[in-house]
Amino acid sequence: MTATVTTPAARGGRRLTKKSVVPWLFLAPGLLLALVFKFWPMAKGVWLSFFDVRPFLGDQWIGLDNYTRVLTDHRFQEAIGHTLVLGIGQSLGAILLGFVLALLLEGQARSLKFVRTAVFLPAVTATAVVGELWRLMYYPTSDGLINSGLNLFGLGPVQFLDNPDLALWSTMAMGIWIWAPYNMVIIMAGLAGVDRSLYEAAAMDGVSLRQRLRYVTLPAIRPALSIVLTLAAIRGLRVFTEVYVLTGGGPAGSTEVWMTRAYTLGFTRNDIGGASAASVVLLCVTLLLTVTVNNFRKRGDVR
Amino acid sequence: MSAPAIDPVRTTAPKPATRRSGKARRTTPARFDTALGWNDRPGAAWALRLLLCAIALAVFAAPFLAILSGAFTRNASGSSLSFLPHDSTLLNFSVAGERGIWDYFSNSLVIAGGGLLLQLVVCTLAAYALARHRFRGQAFVLTLFMLTMMLPEEVIAIPLSLVLGDVPVVHLDLKGTVWGVILPLGAWGFSVMMLTEFMKDIPDEIEEAARLDGVGELRMLWQIVLPLCKPALGVAGVLGFIMIWDQYLLPLIAAKDPTDYTVTVALSVLRTDPEVGSGVVLAGAVIALLPSLIVYLLLQRSLVTGIAAGATKG
Repeated sequence: MTATVTTPAARGGRRLTKKSVVPWLFLAPGLLLALVFKFWPMAKGVWLSFFDVRPFLGDQWIGLDNYTRVLTDHRFQEAIGHTLVLGIGQSLGAILLGFVLALLLEGQARSLKFVRTAVFLPAVTATAVVGELWRLMYYPTSDGLINSGLNLFGLGPVQFLDNPDLALWSTMAMGIWIWAPYNMVIIMAGLAGVDRSLYEAAAMDGVSLRQRLRYVTLPAIRPALSIVLTLAAIRGLRVFTEVYVLTGGGPAGSTEVWMTRAYTLGFTRNDIGGASAASVVLLCVTLLLTVTVNNFRKRGDVR
Repeated sequence: MSAPAIDPVRTTAPKPATRRSGKARRTTPARFDTALGWNDRPGAAWALRLLLCAIALAVFAAPFLAILSGAFTRNASGSSLSFLPHDSTLLNFSVAGERGIWDYFSNSLVIAGGGLLLQLVVCTLAAYALARHRFRGQAFVLTLFMLTMMLPEEVIAIPLSLVLGDVPVVHLDLKGTVWGVILPLGAWGFSVMMLTEFMKDIPDEIEEAARLDGVGELRMLWQIVLPLCKPALGVAGVLGFIMIWDQYLLPLIAAKDPTDYTVTVALSVLRTDPEVGSGVVLAGAVIALLPSLIVYLLLQRSLVTGIAAGATKG
């Protein structure tokens, strides 16, 4: 190893000096992998979305036909509705429940730490495992786990996953179960940052608990909440594994979301062009949403 | 109770050198410690909290007991799922073994081990360049890595499966090999971002002193920077493992036939097998669950820190 003495002012100009090459050597593996397995597929997806992809026959340029086909397909249109209902319901439910959990489990006691550890389990469990677990908990006969619980209250066996009117809500319940503990951790980090003396001051002013939550706690955890909301919104749009494992889009397409539809189109029906167009639409919406939310956040931070 | 536990006070982003000045002195009574003003003394509020905690445990943790008990129950079916095993047996595991669950499991371990190693190396190298060097195009590279977070497997699944079948330039077919899953996991924007933020906080004086001693780039990274980054590496490792173990679509599209599946994907193979009951599926679920559970319980603090840090850094 030779000594490389750094003098801040010494810039190599346009020549390739050792100093200017070194960072790129360190970046090379990461950039290469990102290029080959992220950006190239993305570019290829955009490219293919304008073609009628025919293996062995050669692809044929068909312009925007894939897009019009996908966007006018009624199953995709239904999937948009399901994706929005699932995404919004799941996000809001998980944030609300996460907030309640954070308020409930905030504290230093040993027993509380134990409860927190146990409650967080769903968030670290692989989604596929959670899906299998919930399929069994939703077992449709009266001695299924949840149904036997309902039985105690005299409620009949519910066809959670086989009833087209109910399957989407059952999927949403599982999503809330997965993400509420995750949100709890983020919100709890926000709660830990609240100035304790504010609570004391509020108590001296004789402020009610509701006002204390409204005017002291909520403003303090607003950044945490906005992050949770952003993450949830983006996640909600591209939801795939939960639905695919739990219902596979059924029954009768009642839980079909955008990505399960694109997956079926691409891998089962081999319509690569149409599936690519669907993915590009999703990508654009995701990027748009991210940029918008980030702008809002920046504006909010400036005050 | 010696289980490691989520500690909300430590859930701020890990920072080297800047420790919190002294120990926060308790100046206020306990009832000002929490947003809801929970009291330690037994009473109506205390009883209510106990009840709510019990409900939370029942909702979020009890289903895991159901997995365990079902996996050890003879002839378990979805309809007889309960919290305590009856007629306990290891039969489910041996049937799952016959269906190749251990092969799937070893696929998963190879992918998780190799993928995590690759991810940590690649992300550390990139973060070192981004944090400790100044060069033309730095902001652009940072944006690129940020973009990889916007490109999850789901969105690029269809073209990615084509790329895996025929990698550009070198024309390799990665499908059916573990590389088809490992390589796409290598560049993870989150790890790069987090490690970069962390490495930026290492004081320049340490680096300058080392350079005067004639320390080169690789030794600088290995002997000076990395030892100071241990907490961040821990976070990247735990979150990376959980993220890789959670992969579903990627192993699915990278597989050539079902023997290439990871254990999480293989669960649905077990489920659709008409000859095995739910007990066997649950045995598979236990096997798929254990590694992430162990990692979580051992390295919980890093995990929680990471989630909170990822949240505050965006």
